[in-house]
Amino acid sequence: MNSLVKITRYELNDVLRSKWVILYGLFFYLLTDILFRFGGSSSKVILSLMNVVLIIIPLMSVVFGVMYLYNAREFIEMMLSQPINRKSLFGGLFTGLALPLSLGFAAGVGIPFAIHGLENASHLGILIMLLISGIFLTIIFVNLAFLISIVHEDKIMGLGIALLNWLLFSVVYDGIVLLVTYLFADYPLEKAVIGLTILNPIDLARILIMLKFDIAALMGYTGAVFEQFFGSYLGLLISFVSLTVWAVVPFLLGLRAFSRKDF
Amino acid sequence: MIQIKGLKKSFGKLDVLKGIDLFIGSGKVTAIVGPNGSGKTTMIKSILGLVKPDTGELMVNRKVVNGDINYKRQIGYMPQIARFPENLTVDEILHMIKDVRAEDTDLDEELFHEFNLAEELKKPVRTLSGGTRQKVSATIAFLFKPKILILDEPTAGLDPVSSRKLKDKILREEQNGKTFVLTSHIMSEIEELADDLVFLQEGKIFYNGRLKAMIEETGEDKLESAMARLMEGDAA
Repeated sequence: MNSLVKITRYELNDVLRSKWVILYGLFFYLLTDILFRFGGSSSKVILSLMNVVLIIIPLMSVVFGVMYLYNAREFIEMMLSQPINRKSLFGGLFTGLALPLSLGFAAGVGIPFAIHGLENASHLGILIMLLISGIFLTIIFVNLAFLISIVHEDKIMGLGIALLNWLLFSVVYDGIVLLVTYLFADYPLEKAVIGLTILNPIDLARILIMLKFDIAALMGYTGAVFEQFFGSYLGLLISFVSLTVWAVVPFLLGLRAFSRKDF
Repeated sequence: MIQIKGLKKSFGKLDVLKGIDLFIGSGKVTAIVGPNGSGKTTMIKSILGLVKPDTGELMVNRKVVNGDINYKRQIGYMPQIARFPENLTVDEILHMIKDVRAEDTDLDEELFHEFNLAEELKKPVRTLSGGTRQKVSATIAFLFKPKILILDEPTAGLDPVSSRKLKDKILREEQNGKTFVLTSHIMSEIEELADDLVFLQEGKIFYNGRLKAMIEETGEDKLESAMARLMEGDAA
């Protein structure tokens, strides 16, 4: 565990110095601030942010993740020739990226809210849910990126697959769900749709925020089914648990692949 | 000492190591030579645990290596291409390695001073030339006074003066009873440094023995021509 902390510390230094993470945080800061200045109420700001968060965080996390791990190749080799076990190294690499990305996002969004204030105290819960969803998505897509770049030796190939992955979850998946509901409109589809939703972390994150928001009209089909089927609280719990599974399983798969990989 | 028994490794369909049995004795310099792609680096990386062998057993200083990483404390490694986290400075890299290794033994900073690395300490690694990176890498390999040093093409990319310093260091440490495993494509360098020679070809050991004995056997006076003779003899 001790070497895990040390590796994380050095990776953090390296990541912070590359300035990308700072730009990333700055992007969220400016975006949130501008949304406020355009006269949005805090609920509108959160809603607009949600749509950006659901698209941008998976994209940036997966791209950062892939590039970071390919660039760390020689560092990994150097570290593995030292008496360090692979699990600590993998954990350190992961934390060294996922932590600053999460913090960049949380600070970038959180600071403008602290400055401009919330007009309704109940919005605090939604804001927290937005932050939690964003952090979940960061962790999940960094994990997926790590898994992809461990399995594929070729950098361009890995980056391509990572982008396809993002495209699948953020765009194509909705289309598939729509197609399924259209084709099988005559059948009871609730359970199938819920199953499909649980398989997509971006959908889960959206539902997590929307259930908290309680605006049925904005939930989309999957969200509405979710609420109808489970109610708000059970729905929240289920999407939360599913997101946790999404965060843990790819991590363990990545760890396993990393432990067996030849460098 | 390092002992390898029945080491096999393939990458997909490509059999890189086809059963290596090798004993590397202590207090000597053993050179591993062979054409490009003959499996030298894969063998070295198997010893270090960077590559996971398909089958085979490895012993380092009489202990079987099986999952415990502490044997790496006895090894200093200099890879073929030295690259480090690009945004860290040399100073931070050295600190990091010392920190991670966390050993109480006093450090061997001879190469650090000989290579004048103090001037480079504050520079980020990305601004360093390939040769300077090699110097940092060599310094790290020797830093913890390991009993075994594994050097993969150590002088590639070094200027003649630095290369000389590194070779002198190797010869000095050999006198101190250190074990060296090195690869190189520079035959004169091997002739100068090595006691034993392991010739790898297509994943098998083609020759293993005393360097001098090999040159005498073939009746040549240079290692380069001796090796050519050896390979021709095989073909005939």
